[in-house]
Amino acid sequence: MTAIRVLVGTRKGAFILSSDAERKDWTVGGPLFAGWEIYHMKGSPVDPDRIFASQTSSWFGQVIQRSDDGGKTWIQPGSPGGKLEPSPDGMPQGESNKFAYDTSEETGRPLTTHQWYDGTKHPWEFARVWHLEPSLDDADTCFAGVEDAALFKTTDGGASWHELAALRGHESGANWAPGAGGMCLHTIVLDPVNKGRIFCAISAAGTFRSDDDGASWQPINHGLHSQYIPDPTAEVGHCVHNVAIHPTNPNTLFMQKHWDVMRSDDGGESWREVSGNLPSDFGFPIIVHPHEAETIYVVPIESDSLHYPPEGKLRVYRSRTGGEEWEALTNGLPQEHCYVNVLRDAMAVDTADPGGVYFGTTGGQVYASPDGGDTWHAIVRVLPAVLSVETQTLA
Amino acid sequence: MIRVALPFHLQTLAGCDPEIELEVHGCVTQRSVLDALEARFPMLRGLVRAHDTQERRPRVRFYADGRDITFDPADNELPATVARGEKPFMIVGAISGG
Repeated sequence: MTAIRVLVGTRKGAFILSSDAERKDWTVGGPLFAGWEIYHMKGSPVDPDRIFASQTSSWFGQVIQRSDDGGKTWIQPGSPGGKLEPSPDGMPQGESNKFAYDTSEETGRPLTTHQWYDGTKHPWEFARVWHLEPSLDDADTCFAGVEDAALFKTTDGGASWHELAALRGHESGANWAPGAGGMCLHTIVLDPVNKGRIFCAISAAGTFRSDDDGASWQPINHGLHSQYIPDPTAEVGHCVHNVAIHPTNPNTLFMQKHWDVMRSDDGGESWREVSGNLPSDFGFPIIVHPHEAETIYVVPIESDSLHYPPEGKLRVYRSRTGGEEWEALTNGLPQEHCYVNVLRDAMAVDTADPGGVYFGTTGGQVYASPDGGDTWHAIVRVLPAVLSVETQTLA
Repeated sequence: MIRVALPFHLQTLAGCDPEIELEVHGCVTQRSVLDALEARFPMLRGLVRAHDTQERRPRVRFYADGRDITFDPADNELPATVARGEKPFMIVGAISGG
């Protein structure tokens, strides 16, 4: 029988919400890693018992956690409890949280600075892992998008990580600049059809594509227009907030940009705006229905200065036409005095039938819709601010 | 034995008591105490000091015998009261943020 697991990362720990296929009654587990920021948790498509989590703190830095039993117990891979391998000097290695930028001549080029807010050069400094994207084929392989923007990969279950340096080493890398939330690589999309194809999005550099498993990259931002940067149609420099694909049609990409909802039908080579009748085309997440490749969802936010829903009404907008024509989904969502935000990784779908949609807010609510957005209910109402929401549909 | 007091979040990560005892060989310094700490609790590597540079993380402070020694050279000898195990070497998360 189908079961649903919702993985929720918050400012003060992680929570796992569980239900059967009806998705009406939920069990709330947690907090896990209490007091730590959990930027992202995501399960392996190969082995759903394997879940990776990014645990982070401005005081104590980064920790990578891994569960091999569906979230019941956790280990820091590479440290005691995980596979402990001694180093040559006999010291146990605990390097699951070591994200060292690659500056070697062999794998890229020494890149030591990027552009700071004021245009000056600023050294690359690792801050945290924003997003973890487990491989579609191998449970030991996972990608990590980090701040300052770079892409890392593990092939040993998270015990060690190495940078896919060609992305940051792209000729534009030295000119990337941070957005308001820092210079983060927050979106990683693995193409299930075109093997070796990876999409990444960086605030505020834009979207990049690799067709060779990350060995080389090209910016794919043609058609974006950002009036807040010196050259509104520049190849690089756009504040892309989120990118999504449907697994059956991966040449079509949907993007929520700082402003504008965009669409590409050629693997990102070109984009066109599909904001249509949205009340605001500013927002953070964008997702695709699990069974309908042209049904997409966004949560409009008032503006880049006012990060809450227009008119104080929390509305998910759904387009069944791949953009342009949007309908407000409000049944079960607060329609007055609501001033929460929904962050870029805080919205997800399950793959049950009918498809479910979920999102978490900065006010600590996690909403679920078991019917594709027609009706909503709050699974939980008073968690810490929600940073990320992912789902697992279990057989 | 050297006594070391840890902040809450490092205690939970290491699964240890608020104060632990470490055996430190040779001179008792910030560096030798932290080396011993990370040897016993490898999961704390990178969380008090950076992996690559071994520099203290900006929001971590060190106290010994009532004195802030955060900015003392890492190879300075710690106070005798700490070296004798009478007082703890304290690792503290700075009061900042929320």
